[in-house]
Amino acid sequence: MTKKIDTDSSRFELLTRLGDNVLIMGHRLSEWSGDAPTLEEDMALSNIALDLIGQARLWLTAAVMEEGAGRTEDDLAYQRDVRDWHNLHLVELPNGDFGRTMLRQYFFDAYHLLLLEGLSKGCDREISGIAAKSLKEVRYHLRHSSGWVVRLGDGTQESHNRMVNALEICTPCVPELFEVDEVYRSLEARDLVPAMNDLQAQWERQVHAVLSEATLSMPEITNPMSGGRVGLHSEHLGYLLAEMQFLQRAYPGATW
Amino acid sequence: MVSTAGENTRLRVLEALDSVYDPEIQTVSIRDLGIVRAVDVCDEGGNIQVQVMITPTYSGCPAMRVIEQDIHEALGRAGIDQVAVEQVLYPPWTTDWITDRGRRHLLASGIAPPACRACEAGPMESGISCPRCGSDQTRVLSGFGATACKALWRCDSCLEPFDYFKPH
Repeated sequence: MTKKIDTDSSRFELLTRLGDNVLIMGHRLSEWSGDAPTLEEDMALSNIALDLIGQARLWLTAAVMEEGAGRTEDDLAYQRDVRDWHNLHLVELPNGDFGRTMLRQYFFDAYHLLLLEGLSKGCDREISGIAAKSLKEVRYHLRHSSGWVVRLGDGTQESHNRMVNALEICTPCVPELFEVDEVYRSLEARDLVPAMNDLQAQWERQVHAVLSEATLSMPEITNPMSGGRVGLHSEHLGYLLAEMQFLQRAYPGATW
Repeated sequence: MVSTAGENTRLRVLEALDSVYDPEIQTVSIRDLGIVRAVDVCDEGGNIQVQVMITPTYSGCPAMRVIEQDIHEALGRAGIDQVAVEQVLYPPWTTDWITDRGRRHLLASGIAPPACRACEAGPMESGISCPRCGSDQTRVLSGFGATACKALWRCDSCLEPFDYFKPH
């Protein structure tokens, strides 16, 4: 594949990571369409999925423009195999029950909002523009997911137990959110991305407050996940891609 | 926006754009919704070229492509064929750009317009007036409605559910 001569590979990597996170998160949420516990939740989860998939298009379009190799955003979405995806483990976790979906969403939304706030203040106009656009949508997402975490955690014994179980499953994915590699460090140095230390401290403070209100607490993390940003994934992502990419793999270039 | 066109040509273009409605809210024009950000008209001896900048309401708004087609068709009907439609993202769309006429048209179609400016929107607002009976005895059913830009509310006076256009 020929790239343009001056492709900024760190910037391309950042755009791909941002796009991959929201596309996989959006696809996971879309699995609830027609299957959520109530009609209102069905619409809410589908709306949030739509926002995220729309954001994914913006990021991945910017990524292929940076790459300049003639690929489209759809090529990135439908033609890449699992090792070429650079999303976090958290977003590929299966939905589980509604409580687990909401806790996963809350962890992601709280992180996503802080990240977008930082990106929107960065010095790259395209990145800050997409971030500012996404940020407004993500405020609604966070309001929704944090509300449910409190309602379910501080709900019935059954809903509380399910949230405790959800915490056991989701928290191993938390340390990865704040991992910093060479790519991120170089972007930090260029003022393109927020300082990860600050972001982590804010996330932990906010999540602690919401979990307290929900009568929940973070379990100790003994088996942290790692490596999503460089293409190391759980077995779940392959199944997700098999479904998401099936049509374009079976009928390349199909449109309707 | 620099325009070298005669004022009449420009009015013709704007009038044509006023006939383009949001595909999902068919009573409000894209200009009244604040989707049209800039219109550049160049008229050199009757050779008219138009550039229209539009911005999506929400990132995943599925209506953008239809709106683009509708703009081409509306200007085509006005006899203008050299049209470029471009999407801009920044500054991000806000409900503060909805015109007074847009708000009236929303209300007339049973959609409560945003109750405050986007920057003042706190956690779920209260006291949204019912677009059908005007009562303030309303409550939110869901923060997410039939389209990305709306929430679902219900009136406790007339008992009808209604859409609320979220401050954004």
